[in-house]
Amino acid sequence: MTSAVPPKGTGPLARREARLAWGLLLPTVISVSLVVILPLLAIFWISFKPIELADLRAPTPIIKESLRGKPSDVGDTGTLEYKLRNSSRDKAITGVTLTDMIPEGLVLGELDERCTVSVQDLFCDFGDLAGKQREKISIPVTLTQAFVDAGVHPKDSIPVMTGDAENILTNFEFSLENYARIFDGDEFWTVFWVTLFYTIVGTVGALVFGLFAALLLNKSFRGQGILRGLYLFPYVAPVIAVAFTWVTLFDPFSGSANALLLQMGVTQEAINFFGQRPLALIMVTVFEIWRYFPLSFLFILARMQSIDTDMYEAADMDGASPFQKFWYLSLPQLLGILSVLFLLRFIWTFNKFDDIFLLTGGNAGTRTLTVNVYEQAFAVSNIGAGAAVAVVIFGCLLVFSFFFFKYVSREEGL
Amino acid sequence: MNLLRFGHVTAPVLGAFWAVIMAVTLAVGFSFSTGIGFQPRVLLSLIFGLIAGGAYLTGARQSVILVAMVVLGILVTLAGFGPIRVSGQGGSFLSVLTGVALGLAVAYPLGAILNEVTPGALTRHVFEEAVIRFLTGFGYIFFTAIVVIPFYVMVMTSLKSQQELLQNPLDFSIDLSKGTDLLRSYAELFADFNFGSYLVTSLFISVMTVFITLAFSVPGAYAVARLRFRGQAAFSRSILLIYMVPMIVLALPIYIAYSMTGLRNSVLGIVLIYPVTTIPVALYMLQGYFRGLPAEVEEAGLMDGLSRLAVIWKITLPLSLPALASVSLYVFMIAWNEFLLAFMLLDDPSKFTLTRGVAMLNSSEIPRQHLMAGAVVATVPIMALFLGLEKFMTKGLTAGSVKG
Repeated sequence: MTSAVPPKGTGPLARREARLAWGLLLPTVISVSLVVILPLLAIFWISFKPIELADLRAPTPIIKESLRGKPSDVGDTGTLEYKLRNSSRDKAITGVTLTDMIPEGLVLGELDERCTVSVQDLFCDFGDLAGKQREKISIPVTLTQAFVDAGVHPKDSIPVMTGDAENILTNFEFSLENYARIFDGDEFWTVFWVTLFYTIVGTVGALVFGLFAALLLNKSFRGQGILRGLYLFPYVAPVIAVAFTWVTLFDPFSGSANALLLQMGVTQEAINFFGQRPLALIMVTVFEIWRYFPLSFLFILARMQSIDTDMYEAADMDGASPFQKFWYLSLPQLLGILSVLFLLRFIWTFNKFDDIFLLTGGNAGTRTLTVNVYEQAFAVSNIGAGAAVAVVIFGCLLVFSFFFFKYVSREEGL
Repeated sequence: MNLLRFGHVTAPVLGAFWAVIMAVTLAVGFSFSTGIGFQPRVLLSLIFGLIAGGAYLTGARQSVILVAMVVLGILVTLAGFGPIRVSGQGGSFLSVLTGVALGLAVAYPLGAILNEVTPGALTRHVFEEAVIRFLTGFGYIFFTAIVVIPFYVMVMTSLKSQQELLQNPLDFSIDLSKGTDLLRSYAELFADFNFGSYLVTSLFISVMTVFITLAFSVPGAYAVARLRFRGQAAFSRSILLIYMVPMIVLALPIYIAYSMTGLRNSVLGIVLIYPVTTIPVALYMLQGYFRGLPAEVEEAGLMDGLSRLAVIWKITLPLSLPALASVSLYVFMIAWNEFLLAFMLLDDPSKFTLTRGVAMLNSSEIPRQHLMAGAVVATVPIMALFLGLEKFMTKGLTAGSVKG
């Protein structure tokens, strides 16, 4: 008698299941790779290119057509004029041509040497157009009865332009100029230290305040639900609303906070909270703590409520004091969630853009790496340099997520 | 530490600190509600609190101490030596009020804090309980203040006029006799700044985002949670990884691509992009929930001849309605509050979302109360939703949202 052997390899059932799984995942995979993976690759590509905001629009020939001399009646003469210019200031366009339909009944006079007419179609060849170059073509015309009857205007038919320009985005020129630029000088390190300060202090602060708030609410009393809801407000409200409220509140001229401090005699003159170093950095960090302590609080509270009460009863029997119970029982139980929260919040705070952008716009020593991306790409309009900063951020992210998966995911089963 | 654990020391020290906290709280509270200057004075507060703390050691009844402290509060405030100095405009009525409030606010909670604290050496337990009650009281005041003040300022500023704001930035008292004129900023926002249309756009985009996200993430989450296929573990990890990619990194190429394809400045472009930012988190939240559902129910369905898709539709989804509600709310919140993409991709005022519209109000030409009114308009719907469905919202926040 032969003993039973478990089947090897994947059976048809398992294969069908895997096929179904991929089928179900396909929409997500496609959309996410379109919007996440592709842009990430694009960022790498762009970061090696000396590209500016103005280069995004490929140079095109811009044409303006007009009928001059105001001809209105049969036999009137006028000039049909085409004005052409290169939209780019420094890039050439090659093989520029123009094709336009001439309305019926419009008799053309002597043609420009670059143009030909076949039946109703005017065709002009301009050859290459250098940057900023302008061209003009004037054709004398005479009106006939057919034109006046038809009531059309030469401008009704839009001239068709052709022309090739080298697009910097798609060519194969690469340079390390962007990286050289962003790592050049002290600026990068200033930005880096600011980011680190913001991230670490913001994360730890939010955790500590969250823990404190969770300890407050980890008992049932009347109004506990209301307070819990209230404490989540900063996180749930739109960032734009709360950020502008803070800006209004701490305004150096009409802000209530300054008025209050002046009244109380804490300060003699108005403080420019978001406008001076290093106070601005402290303020945006405080804002970060204020906005995200609810999140830590929610997580920690959920974990606290799942701690077994038996332990505390045993500790009570042994005569442990309240602080001892917190230090020796609660804290070790919360260590897991605290470390997960720390890592995740660290990554998210590192990635934070909106808050600082809205509060200070990255001025007064509050420019973090993410704000720097925007600053380089849109304020200085150097998209390449912005992309290079984004690549640096992505590199940091890879390092963080390595730590995350190594130390955290196993513990919490993520 | 041992010296502190002595009734004669503990009670006055806690009392002194408590008095400082209350003096600052009352001063801030009164200033914000009346606009008149109230100045807390630390040293006098400390002394006031020392007396109150000491009084509890005498063993006198609480009602006696309360009356005594209120009388003392009124007297010292009127005499100008109070823990809170009322500025000249206040008048004696406000001084008396301040004294009464101070006496009560210091003495009454202190009675609870110092419960069981007796003269002489204290046990560690009694001492720590007292400190914890002190910290708890402080915590409630502190957290409530930091959360309430900004929202209070937001709402009250939106009800004022430019003139009133410049005259006294502290004065948040509103003149009810003005009636509907109070809401002028709001009326102007909706009449002149097109906020009605922004509201509709935001609502449309958020709802669409929720539906598209669910349509994509429910099957995906089910596959990751239930079906076996090669690369499953790697897949769940990469979801989390994608969830951590900062938006600003993606916003740049998206901006370029949208500029080139003409999707910039269109609601369609926004509706295409928002769900992709929320699908990973929704997928992550849902797969966690699906894993927790009993597989046996689904297997029973399979045995009875349902196909997998029918099982998802008829068994899994009805069972996970609460989770779907949480995820929907959370996704709605993300889409409603989203600012960066809307800011970068929308320039045409007729297509703004609410957040983009509020950003537009932040200019020196537009008065502050309009900006704050815009902020209120953006905040109220999401808050109403949050308070109405807090249970789901809280669950959604905890399940998926280490994101921010």
